[in-house]
Amino acid sequence: MSIFEYNGSALVAMVGKNCFAIASDRRLGVQLQTIATDFQRIFKIHDKLFLGLSGLGSDAQTLHQRLVFRHKLYQLREERDMKPETFASLVSAILYEKRFGPYFCQPVIAGLGDDDKPFICTMDSIGAKELAKDFVVAGTASESLYGACESMFKPDMEHEELFETISQALLSSVDRDCLSGWGGHVYLVTPTEVTERILKGRMD
Amino acid sequence: MECVFGMVGKGFALVVADTSAVNSILVHKSNEDKIMVLDSHKLMGASGEAGDRAQFTEYVQKNVSLYQFRNNIPLTTKAAANFMRGELATALRKNPYMVNIVLAGYDKETGPSLYFIDYIATLHKVDKAAFGYGSYFSLAMMDRHYHPDMTVDEAIKLAEQCIEEIRSRLVVAPQNFVIKIVDKDGAREHSWRRTTKD
Repeated sequence: MSIFEYNGSALVAMVGKNCFAIASDRRLGVQLQTIATDFQRIFKIHDKLFLGLSGLGSDAQTLHQRLVFRHKLYQLREERDMKPETFASLVSAILYEKRFGPYFCQPVIAGLGDDDKPFICTMDSIGAKELAKDFVVAGTASESLYGACESMFKPDMEHEELFETISQALLSSVDRDCLSGWGGHVYLVTPTEVTERILKGRMD
Repeated sequence: MECVFGMVGKGFALVVADTSAVNSILVHKSNEDKIMVLDSHKLMGASGEAGDRAQFTEYVQKNVSLYQFRNNIPLTTKAAANFMRGELATALRKNPYMVNIVLAGYDKETGPSLYFIDYIATLHKVDKAAFGYGSYFSLAMMDRHYHPDMTVDEAIKLAEQCIEEIRSRLVVAPQNFVIKIVDKDGAREHSWRRTTKD
């Protein structure tokens, strides 16, 4: 079994009209055994920037700690929050530093940039950025997620419709993947507020 | 075939571990204590490679004491768990410790807590945790009978049910088990469940 599939994960981020949504599953497993159903994969960097980390749970935790440290240092020096594009470049650089002994993670970055324009991107485990205008996916359920998102996505959705779309895409995709699922965690971010919702899905 | 498991109850946390020290087909001893008392209110049940287990648990215990000496205040359970995770993560890509840990602690402000720490340094706060082949049986038993805020008697009874299940269903089941408990009065050994005397 691949090391990326050791813990199991599913992540998706979608762009809407002046808003974005980022969602993950909640399972923490050790290969075939489920350890917990409340594992946190999406982390807030600042009010308008969220980071999701799929892949090996241990490396996700290490990477998250390193990135929060770097961002706090940036805030102290620059006296402002990092732009999502800048943060994505930072993550990419940190991952490529370990080119010949990488972190086994695939990050998904979602944020509101200048003028609250939504920004999403994903990258592979050595930092190759993939910028997208509509949606990005990561994790063991990524193939199902690509299909679900491609068919359900519409450009310029309002935040309520975006929430429905991303939730349905996530839940239907993780149902086809035994290593991810056990509920969902959705963050919906608009320029004025952040809404966090837990989805009830098939608990198997 | 090492078995460690633990659960959180009302105002306490419990850790159970087998006490066999095995080398291939030989049982060296059946009273090996695998649950280390880190400080007055923390228990660390460890399973895995024998040398790594002893070395790592002692290393953590000494560092937890050092922190208390230096700073005149004990570490919280969460802090101790994160320290362990950090040590395991740093060693992971050099010389990994093959040790799985169930950390139970009691803090005055937050009450009892239980942490699951994998040998790959995956950390998660849980209500019930188990490692080893015995986990297939003990986790299933706990999933069925565990509920939040159990009393000590209920939790001990559940632990006994898990031990019975392991004894009857695991092919090379360990002979003896030790149960340790941590609550507001501190961390201490609760009882043993023996089938052989060593």
